[in-house]
Amino acid sequence: MRDLSYFRASSVDAARQAAALPGAMLLAGGTTLIDLAKCGVAEPETLVDIAHLKGLDSIEVDERGATIGALARMSHVADHADIKSRFPAVSEALWQAASAQIRNMATIGGNLMQRTRCPYFRDPANFPACNKREPGSGCSAIGGVTRGHAVLGTSEACIAMYPGDLAVALVAFDAIVHLGERQIPVDDFFLLPGTTPDREHAIEPGEMITAIEIPGSAAARRSTYLKIRDRQSYEFAAASAAVGIEFEPDGRTIRDLCVALGGVATKPWRARTVEDALKGKALEPETVRSASLLAVEGAVDHGANHYKIELAPRVVARAILKLGETA
Amino acid sequence: MTLELSLNQQPAHARQGSSIGQPLTRRDGFLKVTGAARYAADNHPPGMLYAVLAVSSIARGRVAALDIEAAKAHQGVVEVMTPKNRPALAADPDAKDHPFMFRLDLLQNDQVRYPNQSIAVVIAETLEAATEGAALLSPRYEVLPARVGLDGAESFVPRGVGVGGPAVQHKGDVEAGLKSAKTRIEATYETPAQYHNAMEPHAIVVAWDGDTLSIDTPSQGLAMAQGRIAGLFGIAPENVHIRSPFLGGGFGSKGMISGPQVLGILAARLVGRPVKLVLRREQMYGPVGHRAPTRQTLRMGMDGEGRLTALDHHAKTASSTFDDFFEPAADASHTLYASPAIATSHDAVRLDTGTPLFMRAPGEATGSIALESAIDEAAHACGMDPLEFRLRNYAEVEPMTGKPFSSKALRECYRQAAETFGWASRPLQPRLMRDADGFLTGWGMGTATFPALMFQAEARAVLRADGSGLMETGAQDMGQGAWTAFAQIAADGLGLDIDQVDFRAGSSDLPNAGIAGGSGHTATAGMAIHNAGAAVIARLADLATGNEASPLFGAGNEGVLARGGRLYRRDDESRGESYAEILTRAGLSEIEGHGKGAPDPASQETYAKHAHGAVFAEVKVDPDFGQIRVTRLVGAFAAGRIINPRLVRSQYYGGMIWGVSFALNEEAITDRRSGRIQNANLAEYHVPVNADVPSVEALLVHEDDPHVNALGIKGVGEIGITGTAGAVANAVWHATGVRPRRFPIRIEDLLG
Repeated sequence: MRDLSYFRASSVDAARQAAALPGAMLLAGGTTLIDLAKCGVAEPETLVDIAHLKGLDSIEVDERGATIGALARMSHVADHADIKSRFPAVSEALWQAASAQIRNMATIGGNLMQRTRCPYFRDPANFPACNKREPGSGCSAIGGVTRGHAVLGTSEACIAMYPGDLAVALVAFDAIVHLGERQIPVDDFFLLPGTTPDREHAIEPGEMITAIEIPGSAAARRSTYLKIRDRQSYEFAAASAAVGIEFEPDGRTIRDLCVALGGVATKPWRARTVEDALKGKALEPETVRSASLLAVEGAVDHGANHYKIELAPRVVARAILKLGETA
Repeated sequence: MTLELSLNQQPAHARQGSSIGQPLTRRDGFLKVTGAARYAADNHPPGMLYAVLAVSSIARGRVAALDIEAAKAHQGVVEVMTPKNRPALAADPDAKDHPFMFRLDLLQNDQVRYPNQSIAVVIAETLEAATEGAALLSPRYEVLPARVGLDGAESFVPRGVGVGGPAVQHKGDVEAGLKSAKTRIEATYETPAQYHNAMEPHAIVVAWDGDTLSIDTPSQGLAMAQGRIAGLFGIAPENVHIRSPFLGGGFGSKGMISGPQVLGILAARLVGRPVKLVLRREQMYGPVGHRAPTRQTLRMGMDGEGRLTALDHHAKTASSTFDDFFEPAADASHTLYASPAIATSHDAVRLDTGTPLFMRAPGEATGSIALESAIDEAAHACGMDPLEFRLRNYAEVEPMTGKPFSSKALRECYRQAAETFGWASRPLQPRLMRDADGFLTGWGMGTATFPALMFQAEARAVLRADGSGLMETGAQDMGQGAWTAFAQIAADGLGLDIDQVDFRAGSSDLPNAGIAGGSGHTATAGMAIHNAGAAVIARLADLATGNEASPLFGAGNEGVLARGGRLYRRDDESRGESYAEILTRAGLSEIEGHGKGAPDPASQETYAKHAHGAVFAEVKVDPDFGQIRVTRLVGAFAAGRIINPRLVRSQYYGGMIWGVSFALNEEAITDRRSGRIQNANLAEYHVPVNADVPSVEALLVHEDDPHVNALGIKGVGEIGITGTAGAVANAVWHATGVRPRRFPIRIEDLLG
């Protein structure tokens, strides 16, 4: 048996102090951490349980935006009336994530901390080489089974895909991660692998996600999350897009556009080139389709994942055009 | 075993007359939904230890070192079993006395022949300690390159395929038939390796008492498991007691006792205490069988009317390097479509995998998806509707043998399913149907077929002086409903209401019920039950008709009916008496009778025996994304007499969903460098979720078969997969115009 300490934190401060100690990890819903511990990737010496902490599961929505406590459950956020009306893409991304059982357990803070499904990363017993687990040990995925690996944001050190849905919507709408006193844009919270794929999040020892803030906007209000996958539920995206749009008063000229991609990149992938190419333009299918191709500029495939480069722009274009139809 | 059920936990069984044919709910359903059903791993004999396998990382080579000291030093670890200290066996686990015996990896040496092969067993006071101990072994290997994939080794023609059938067969002249054809097609299809993935992992709880073994483990074939274990340990079969009241799915992977299960027995012997060993999900990808990949090429020739002039079906498959099981995929072309010339052939490679095994419709499923796809291509090449084409090539006799069918209501299956589905309005050309949301819509069909097999089984029936009955047979319920269907047959066989019958099954101490496999369990064990019932009723009738005090005196055996716990004179039903009265008068507390179930050799020679069906599928495909969804499935099946329509419908649903899974989901994906399967878990080895199967309908087509057996039972466990997988593939073609040639069909295959 591998012994570990279990510490039930009495407050956010106590949790942060405990989590700052070497080998300590925060435990909320446990859907990622327990899974990773079972496959030998996570080896916590101390579990700092925060699941019961009061005041961290609130969901507050007003004109300015939404503030979602780190311990709010995925299913509660997905079903929240104001999230559905003001941030439909966020609700839709959550509904299409994981399974009902996992959504009932998993928290929003934990969701941001979920890790890649790269099968080589998740199998230390059989594939010792993994730069994400052991910096400098190499990458077993390159040259291996790659259908689910990233085509954007990869490096020579790592091609592991970011698997989540919610964060794609959060990146699209410039959400802010609250780490106690410090606040950082969610796009900066997720790090590119580069030469340090072991560092996935801009979170420091002793920090803890306390809330996610999503600024309200017209684009967020008219938004959607489109997820394409081999089966209808309980599956990660082959490609997905979170898109929000605001039209000029003429109802067809694009004033504001937010686009992010999932299932294709090493982090939730904001597609600003697509946004810039379409802002100020009229919403025409051909214009949208050709601009959407910019989403995969610079994409690099590793064989079996090539299809994602074809698929992702189509998903982006469909999502944008779908929002236009409801204008 | 008897179901530990009080009657108030069951709904009242509404019946008119016989139990057979009634849609009774599962008698074990209450136990299962409340968690009270005791599966193998739920057992905890006193003093039990936990055993955990250490399995190989590599596909091929040898174990050079294990850190046994580190494992043993871990708190709670009791013992580490390796080739050095593994207790001796009475038989070589690599010996193979008959085709139904498979070689086992029981730590006989340090060689590694596939990934996840057992290389040691750690036994500890807790599961956690054993798990950590296994990790601490930190094996070092001498590695040889893995042989992976159908092109990964030199191919050869196996001596036999399936259960020993010829690898190459033909009738007529295929080349001449192709030459004379007006239209020809040729196509190659690939199917991947698939794993059974029963919900319940292989698990065993073992306690030795001297040379007597008490075992809880899931088994589809208790007597075979008992014999195999007895042979390996050199003890008498009757000293091996196996309980297997419930299986959480088997699908063929629990047909033979597997290596890990035997290792649990060895571990218990080594430590002299009871031991539990349960496979982890990823450990099920190797030592407990799988469906081998295939690459199948079909050639067909058709005359001007769309009649087949030749059918050639070649299948390449794979087995392990050390044992023989060859998926008999091409044999699917023996039984379905009439052709003057048919040739089937197989070749194979040996790969560094665990040995493939029977997996639900072995050969039939793989062969069917290729054959039904090719038939669809042939119909299109002839400009014919796929149903019309199949009817044009309808086999009035079994094509390969020329034998008449014992019964074949396939035309009626086609008719009912097509009508229910609405097939008549299908456009001939692909890519012509769109729904309101713009999805490409396609309709496809496939013919389903599966042989009506019987094996050997025995049963023991008892009538008691209190008027109740007992029926015993070591039958196995894998979830298909054996506890219920067999009790129904027993009730009718004993002439009692089902609530008056104590039905015992699921234990090796009971009469051998044969294997729950090959879709033959209901027919085989059902006939044993039926015959045992008849035997004990005959004894009872002897007692009555030979006794002057009985109102049945002198009626003779032929002149007596058994019903509702009473015997009646056939010629005068006003004269009768209860079983209790007969036994009480005779001064007997109980009487017993025995019965056997087995195929009738004479009718085996004369008739071809198969169940049939027709499956129609609707799919919708997103034209931009290639995302496929099955929106509707309608199947109609004729499988002889239906014992319980509710259970049978469930079997068809399950089979049809498996067919969807075959066409669209399942694939074990191998890392070609290491030979390891990279999706050995249920998150990434896909099967359909509920949302993937919105509408499934199964029609039960009436069929009387006087030849298969006295009860007229064929079998329903596997037929649903056949036909369905091809129907889905053909619907994808009809929706998109893209012909699927590689399964499962993926988004990237349709992106275009």
